Amino acid sequence: MSFIANTPTQRDEMLETCGAASLDALFECIPEALRPKSFDLPAAQSELEVQRYFEDIASRNFANLTTFIGGGIYDHFIPAAVSAITGRSEFYTAYTPYQPELSQGTLQAIYEYQSDICRLTDMEVSNASLYDGGSALCEACQMALHATRRSRIVMDSGINPVYRTMVYTYTANLSIDFEKVDVTHGQSDRNRLFAALDENTAAVILQNPNFFGVIDDHSDIVEHCHERGILVIQSVYPVAMAVLKTPGEIGVDIVTGEGQSLGIPLGFGGPYLGFMATTKKLVRKMPGRLVGRTVDRNGKESFVLTMQAREQHIRRDKATSNICSNEALCALRAHVHLSLLGPEGLKNVAKLCLAKAQYAKQRFSEIPGVEVMTSSPTFNEFTVRLPINAMDLVNALIDRNIAPGLPLGRFYPGMDNYLLVAVTEKRTKHEIGILAETVEAVLRQETR
Amino acid sequence: MATIFEKSIPGRKGVSLPLCDVPCDPIIPEAYQRKTTLSLPELSELGTVRHFTNLSRLNFGVDTGFYPLGSCTMKYNPKITEVVAGLNGFANLHPFLPQLRQGGMLVQGSLQVIYDFEQALCEISGMAAFTLHPMAGAHGELTGMMLIAAYHRDRNNDKTEILIPDEAHGTNPASATIAGYKTRTIPTNRKTGMLDVNVLAEMITDKTAAVMLTNPNTLGIFNSDVAKVAEIAHQHDALVYYDGANLNAVLGQFRPGDAGIDIMHINLHKTFATPHGGGGPGSGPVGVQKHLEPYLPISRVEKRKDGTYSLEYNYPKTIGYIAPFYGNFLIYLRAYAYTMLLGAEGLTEVSENAVLNANYLMHRLKDVYTLPYDRPCMHEFVLSAKRQVANGVHALDIAKALIDRGFHPPTIYFPLIVKEAMMIEPTECESKETLDAFIEAMREIAALAERDPKAIQDAPVTTSVSRPNELRAAKAMDFAAPA
Repeated sequence: MSFIANTPTQRDEMLETCGAASLDALFECIPEALRPKSFDLPAAQSELEVQRYFEDIASRNFANLTTFIGGGIYDHFIPAAVSAITGRSEFYTAYTPYQPELSQGTLQAIYEYQSDICRLTDMEVSNASLYDGGSALCEACQMALHATRRSRIVMDSGINPVYRTMVYTYTANLSIDFEKVDVTHGQSDRNRLFAALDENTAAVILQNPNFFGVIDDHSDIVEHCHERGILVIQSVYPVAMAVLKTPGEIGVDIVTGEGQSLGIPLGFGGPYLGFMATTKKLVRKMPGRLVGRTVDRNGKESFVLTMQAREQHIRRDKATSNICSNEALCALRAHVHLSLLGPEGLKNVAKLCLAKAQYAKQRFSEIPGVEVMTSSPTFNEFTVRLPINAMDLVNALIDRNIAPGLPLGRFYPGMDNYLLVAVTEKRTKHEIGILAETVEAVLRQETR
Repeated sequence: MATIFEKSIPGRKGVSLPLCDVPCDPIIPEAYQRKTTLSLPELSELGTVRHFTNLSRLNFGVDTGFYPLGSCTMKYNPKITEVVAGLNGFANLHPFLPQLRQGGMLVQGSLQVIYDFEQALCEISGMAAFTLHPMAGAHGELTGMMLIAAYHRDRNNDKTEILIPDEAHGTNPASATIAGYKTRTIPTNRKTGMLDVNVLAEMITDKTAAVMLTNPNTLGIFNSDVAKVAEIAHQHDALVYYDGANLNAVLGQFRPGDAGIDIMHINLHKTFATPHGGGGPGSGPVGVQKHLEPYLPISRVEKRKDGTYSLEYNYPKTIGYIAPFYGNFLIYLRAYAYTMLLGAEGLTEVSENAVLNANYLMHRLKDVYTLPYDRPCMHEFVLSAKRQVANGVHALDIAKALIDRGFHPPTIYFPLIVKEAMMIEPTECESKETLDAFIEAMREIAALAERDPKAIQDAPVTTSVSRPNELRAAKAMDFAAPA
């Protein structure tokens, strides 16, 4: 089934109009020597067969575990209205809003989304979206390097370790110096961070809450950096922004983050939503699309893509970024999600996460042999040290249908016994209780 | 339409959340607390649904009508692929699950999808290996540039520049620059509309890391010298990057891998019918030949002897992570379902009918609009409004007049090498009746441009807004509703 409407009769009429003897004649420009050596694919299947095939394949995934995994991607509740709205084909079968008269729906929704991000972060301007939180951080680095014309970046080790390696990959062919500064008691280490700065430092990258779930007030770091002409990039968790000191409050220059927690399904890695917000001063260096409010020729309020002289389709090799397609539909999901929750709803979600994580922390602290890392305050995620390799605990719990957290050994050498536990508003007291009891039982058996 | 913030009433709620079932006294230390007011929309669920439903009615999608936006391939997005992407086993799968039982034993279904779709793309394109990680076409280009850089670095080649034809998408030079290369522009032969191999041979140097090629190019012309391009590049130890933005034109007719192409990307949202979402998300898998495979991003999926699939990270020469996980999984899942629905025969019908539809439109319009390259086209062709400009009617005006006649306009003012360009791509899905209606509208507009140009300059008159002032938008810098 190739979704072709024309009948053989119509096809012949059209070929005649074109003066072509056959369909093959249309491809005479391809030399015989360049015709496919092979094109061996399975035969077409019906819609019913394809649906059954994928239902079967999907059932082989363990999607129904009670999950306490986070690490930047969280299992939050998504109201039904989010998918109902973004499932309207006027939204999802449209292209980039290049013709504003046919795209006021998308354009206004993006403008509203940009407003949401500005309000969440207390920043002046948000772009229309980037791919994900990791590539958004990479873009922020490029932006800071260009804005300062310096070539050194200092990173706090509390930033998502995968994002950190992405930044290395993205800049491998440029001459950029990096320094990674380890956290102390889970928080940014001021002394070592400040010592790492020099006159060639373009930016410092921080994360709040950081990868270990620890929260921080980075205002002293921002102040210190600004005195030296260094920009501060902060990666943030949008749900936490409802209750935590915002980047705008402390004067951060570029904010990035992963927007998956705002109504976007886990989806085995994507599509997600990279967001970026900055100051009006830096807007000309910002990557990605931007929607602005204006009036039309009759004076009517309308929305358009604006400041396009930054972008690749206008500036080509001089563009601030190569990004073209972004995550527009995911941005729409985030905007719908935030509209349904409202400020009180989002605060409520944040407080539920905080309270339940607090409860889980307490339950873990009561398990013999388990140490909860409590020297610094956390949001909805925390680190525990186990008496055994975290992988062994995880394996035992999966058999009981629980994913108890993310083992950290893979990301931080020497941390094989550490587990990162995340709790969202979806987890119940009962589930947290079962988690704690099962961990205790497994440890009792394993350490006997 | 009023913004959602203007419709907001303090205290109104659009969603209910469970009561807190644990002790509820979490305290954030004072220094870490937000002090500013958080102001987000406050509406009922119905109010929210109506706001967005009414916004959607100001939009135009493929499901609304004919959308011949050249180079963007606005083909029909089959509904079953949405159902597949919504299956619980995929949509609710945490991407860190493979870390919990190593090698990915908890996500065998998803790993099989990745493995099998990579294999299918290899067969479709003639390449040796694919990565599905790039999250859009431009991201694929950037990944490609990183792979090219890693390849040359590994061989101690001193390569500093990428050669790019002047008709290429803007993402090509932008991607090359972001990856640290200088770019040089190859002028298109104004007679053939193609990259001229003699010009390439003159321009290429030992500093050339790669040549980028879109084939068919953005004029809709297939470059039959593609193998020669590869030969010239390889003589200089340069690689050839194939921008697969237009692969839909040659499905089953031509495979880049058979012509000596070293590396390429595919825009799944173009060739394989995943929805464009109002600008994204996309997916831009990158395919390589054997000599570039060691550098592919991690992770990769391997098939074990026992038939299970494993997620592997240990590739010493890899460029590393270009995405946090495995790319836009739910997008390429849709594309994979689409290839299964079509099979080899269906995919070949795609290119046949896309090319037929484009040629039909071209033949029926070339007497009223200027056709700068008058030769058979592939999936798209470029007209110029040169003739209409004499009466003060520009490509932009024609685009707006089409809107009043119920059509989405073609891509205008691209490629840059054609003045007053109108780039038309009908896709394979559209019926002759639709094409005829579009032809009639285009011809009527051409006639009206001579008789009453003002009527066209005044368009559109049927939409909620008409020609928003872009200059004013750039000046006003109103990017967010004031809180």
